[in-house]
Amino acid sequence: MDNPYLPYPVRIDSVITETEDRNLKTFTLVFINAEDERKFEYIAGQFGMLSIAGLGEIPIGIASSPTEKGFVKFTVNKVGKVTTYLHNMEAGEIMGVRGPMGNSYPWDLLRGSNVVIIGGGFAFTTLRSSIVYMIDPKNRSKFGNIDVVYGARSPGLLLYKDELAEWEKRSDINMHITVDGTNDPNWKYNVGFVPTVTKQKAPSAENAYAIICGPPIMIKFTLPVLTELGFPPERIISSLEMRMKCGIGICGRCNIGTEYVCKDGPVFTLEQLAGLPAEY
Amino acid sequence: MPDIRISKENFPGAIKQLMDRYRVFAPVKKGRFHEFALLQNVEQADLGFSNTLLSPKGLFHPQAERMFEYSLAREDPNAGILKEAQKDFSPRVILGIRPCDAKAFELDDANFNTESIKDPWWVQRRETTTMIGLACESPCSTCFCTSMGTGPFDTAGLDVLLVNIGEGYAARALTEKGTKVLEITSGCSSPAGDHLPLAERQQAAEQRIGTAFDPAAIAKKEMLELYNSPAWEEVQFACLNCGACTFVCPTCWCFDIQDEVCADKGDRLRLWDSCMFPLFTLHGSGHNPRSNKIQRVRQRFMHKLKYYQDKYNSGPACVGCGRCVQACPVNIDIRQVGQKMASPDCSCSI
Amino acid sequence: MQQSYTESIREAAKRLLSEKRVEAVIGFRKGTIPFMNEPFLARTVEQADLLIWDGNCAMNLANYLPKRTGSVAITAKGCDSRSIVIHLLENQIKREQLYILGIPCRGMTDKRKIADNLNGREIIEVEETGEKLRVLGRDFEQSFERTEFLEENCAVCTHKNPVLCDELLGEPVEEQQIDRYEEIRKIEALPPEQKRLFFDELIQPCIRCYACRNACPACYCPTCFVDESKPQWVGKTTDPTDTRTFHFLRAFHVAGRCTDCGSCERACPVGIRVRLFTRKLEKEVKELYGYEAGVVQDERPPLDAFRPDDPEPFLG
Repeated sequence: MDNPYLPYPVRIDSVITETEDRNLKTFTLVFINAEDERKFEYIAGQFGMLSIAGLGEIPIGIASSPTEKGFVKFTVNKVGKVTTYLHNMEAGEIMGVRGPMGNSYPWDLLRGSNVVIIGGGFAFTTLRSSIVYMIDPKNRSKFGNIDVVYGARSPGLLLYKDELAEWEKRSDINMHITVDGTNDPNWKYNVGFVPTVTKQKAPSAENAYAIICGPPIMIKFTLPVLTELGFPPERIISSLEMRMKCGIGICGRCNIGTEYVCKDGPVFTLEQLAGLPAEY
Repeated sequence: MPDIRISKENFPGAIKQLMDRYRVFAPVKKGRFHEFALLQNVEQADLGFSNTLLSPKGLFHPQAERMFEYSLAREDPNAGILKEAQKDFSPRVILGIRPCDAKAFELDDANFNTESIKDPWWVQRRETTTMIGLACESPCSTCFCTSMGTGPFDTAGLDVLLVNIGEGYAARALTEKGTKVLEITSGCSSPAGDHLPLAERQQAAEQRIGTAFDPAAIAKKEMLELYNSPAWEEVQFACLNCGACTFVCPTCWCFDIQDEVCADKGDRLRLWDSCMFPLFTLHGSGHNPRSNKIQRVRQRFMHKLKYYQDKYNSGPACVGCGRCVQACPVNIDIRQVGQKMASPDCSCSI
Repeated sequence: MQQSYTESIREAAKRLLSEKRVEAVIGFRKGTIPFMNEPFLARTVEQADLLIWDGNCAMNLANYLPKRTGSVAITAKGCDSRSIVIHLLENQIKREQLYILGIPCRGMTDKRKIADNLNGREIIEVEETGEKLRVLGRDFEQSFERTEFLEENCAVCTHKNPVLCDELLGEPVEEQQIDRYEEIRKIEALPPEQKRLFFDELIQPCIRCYACRNACPACYCPTCFVDESKPQWVGKTTDPTDTRTFHFLRAFHVAGRCTDCGSCERACPVGIRVRLFTRKLEKEVKELYGYEAGVVQDERPPLDAFRPDDPEPFLG
C-alpha cells in the first residue's frame, strides 16, 4: 500500500538567498529516484511537505511551475526549528519531499479568462508558479490579459528579482512591481502599498479572476479595492496559510468548518470563505 | 450462519481456540478500571465490565506510533532517508468490544480511509482485525448511544455479536470474518435453537438509556449560526483545556507528527494531540487562529456534532459512550452542550 | 453545615451583582453526574441562583483567575484562598479586582473511595445532608459518613479556613494538628531501586493529557515547558522517561507555591496519585525554608526570593 506519509528522497541542487535580510531562500531540489518526480506531478498552487529527518516537516508552496522539468523549487521563510536548519543546508545534502498536496488554483475556471494576480511579501511563491505556467508558450493562449501587482516592503525584500525584471519587459503580461518605500534613486518601478497600487492600476474585473496571496493586513485592505473594481466573491481567489502536520487531511489540525485546509484547500474563493468560520 | 450458543463453562475454551490462531485483545482489569490488552492467558479476559476507561482506539491508532526510522550517521549513504518501521499486521481479534466503540471506528474510517488517501497503518489494522462485540445488558447512566444513531445491541462495525444470556453467550455471525471465528470455536459451541430472548434483552437495555439531544436538529441548523451562538460563552467557562476528553474519546483522532533522535538514529512518530491544547493551531509566524479558550471549546463540539455531519453527510462523530462525561474534571457534559446546540432556547436539565 | 453555604453564597452573589460591586461571580453549579459540580461564572442575579455549595466543590477556582480582567467575586476554601495569595504575589491578578467569599471548609468527598467501597457498582444519585451521604444505585442504597470518605488532601488539611477574604460566609472551623508527611517519609525511606520501581508503577498509567497541570492554579505559564519546541525539552509520547520528567519537573515548578488543593489528583482521568510528588516538595520547602505557600500575604515563595541566610545543605 502506498504510504502517503513517506517522503520522496531529494538532493538539494542549489540554494539561493532571495532577500537582503537573508530570511528567504529558494531551494532547488532534484528527486533521487526519477520515478518519484513522475509521482510528484503537480499543478500550480499546490504545496509540498519538506521533510528533514530528525527535525520534522514544513508545508511550503511549490514555487516552480509544472512546465519546469527535472527539479522542483521551494522558497522558504526562516521562522522556526525546521526552517532554521534548512537555511543552513547546502547543495548536495539529502532531505525529503511529500506531495503534491492541496487543491491548486482552479485552472479549468481560469481558462479563457483574464487573470489578475496580487501578491505581497513572501507569499508570492505559488504565484510565481502560476505566472511561469501561464506565460509558457504552450499555455499563454489559454488565458486573456495577465495583470500582476507584487509588492514588498523594500526592493531588497522582493523575491525572484531577476525574473520580475524579465517579465516586466514582456508584452504579454502587465507587471506592476511596487515597494512600500525606498531611498534607491535607481528604483524604476512603483512606490506604494499593494492595495493602493491595485487601485491605481485598476485592472478590469470583466471576465477576470483575481488571485490574492499575502500577509493578512495586505489582504484586508486589498479586498475592498477588488470589490470596488467589480470582482464578485466567487471570482476572488486566495490561498490560506494554516498550521499543518500530515498535509493529507487526516491529522485534523488544519480543520476549519467542514474543510481541511491541506486537502480541500488551501485555495478557496472568497465566497467559500464567507461560509466558513473565520478561524485562519 | 445460524446463531450459536457458548456455555459459561466452554467460554474459556473458545477463547483459547481463538488465541491459538489470532492475537486476541480483550478487556483486562487494571486497578480500578479495564483496558483492552493482548491476552497472555485466557484467565486475564474479563467480560464482566461496563466499558474501558480509555477507548480501544489505541488498538488501531496507538497513542505513539513509530512511522519511520532513519539513520543520521555521517558515513551512512542512506542517512536522512526515511524507511517504514516494521509492523505486525498479523490477524487479530478484539473480543468484547462494545457496539458504541465498534460504530466509532466506522466513523473514524471516513477520516483515515478515503478515496484519494489511505492511512496504511489504520487501514491494514482494520482489514486484519475481527471484532467480536459484546452487547450491553446494563448501560451506564452516562450512556446516550441511542440518541447518537447506535445502541447497546447495534451491529455496525462488528463481525460477531455476543449477547450474555445468563448461562452463557449467544453469538451471531455478521460477516465472513465473523463466520470464520465462530467456525474456529465450533468445538466449544452448540446451535442456539430458536427462541433466544435477544429482542427482549435489546429492548430492556435500550429503555435504560436516557435521551440526550437530537443530532439531526443540529445538522439542520446553519453552520455559522451555531458558530456565532452566544451560548458558547457559558459552555467554555469551566473548561481546563486539558485534553482528557479527547484522549478517552473513540472518535477523536487528531495527531501530531514528531521526530525523535538519539545519537545517530531517529524515528518519525505520530502521537495523539488535542484541539484542546492551546498550541494546537499555533503558526510558525506566531499567529494562532484559536488562541482563546472559547474558540477551542467551540471547535471541539462543532467538529463532533456539526462539521462532521455536514462533511460526510452522516450522523455525528459521537457514539454516546459517555467517557468524556465521566473523564471531564469540571463536568462539562456533551449532552448539555448538544442540547444547547440543538435547541438553544431549551433550558431543561439532563 | 455545607448546605447553608449555598444560601449565603447565593445571597452574597445576588447582592454583589445587583450593587454592581463585581461584574461576575465564580462559583459552582450542580453537576450532571454524581459527585461532580461544574465551575460556573454567574453574571446576572438569575444566574446567581444556580450557585451551590456541597462536598463536591473540590476544584480550585483560583485556577480561573490568572490574567482575568474586570472585577470578580470568587468562593474560596482555605486552599483556594492560599492559591489566590500566590496569584497576588505573582501579579496574575490585582487585589482590587477580587471580592473573596471565604468558605471555612469541612473537606470534600472522595468519590473514588466511595466507588471502591461499592465495589464498582454504578452510582446513579447522591444525597448530601450535613455530613451524611445517601448513595443510590440502580438496585441498592447505602449511607456513608462523609468524614470517613474525605479526599486525601482534605483528610490531612491544616488550613481549612480562608487566610484571606472580603466576607467570611460561616463560622471558622477548627484546624487540626496532623502529620502531613507520614506517607512521604515512608517513600523517602525506600532503597533507591525500590523507590524507582514505586514511581514507575505510580505514573505508568499516565496518558499525558495534562489535566493535572491544567487543573492546577499554580500552572499558568503561557507555554509550559513540555510544549517548548526551541529547544524541545520533553518528548511528547508516553515514554516512561519523558513522563517521569513531566511529573518530577512540574512538582519542582510548583514547589513552595502548591497549596495541596488536590485538584491535580481529582482531575486525573486515570487516578494517578500525583500529590505524592508535590507533597514531597512541599515538605522540603517547609523544612528548608520554614515556608507554607500563600499563608502569609506578603511572604514570597522561597524559590522566588533570595535571603543571605538561605540554607545550602548541598554545599560543602
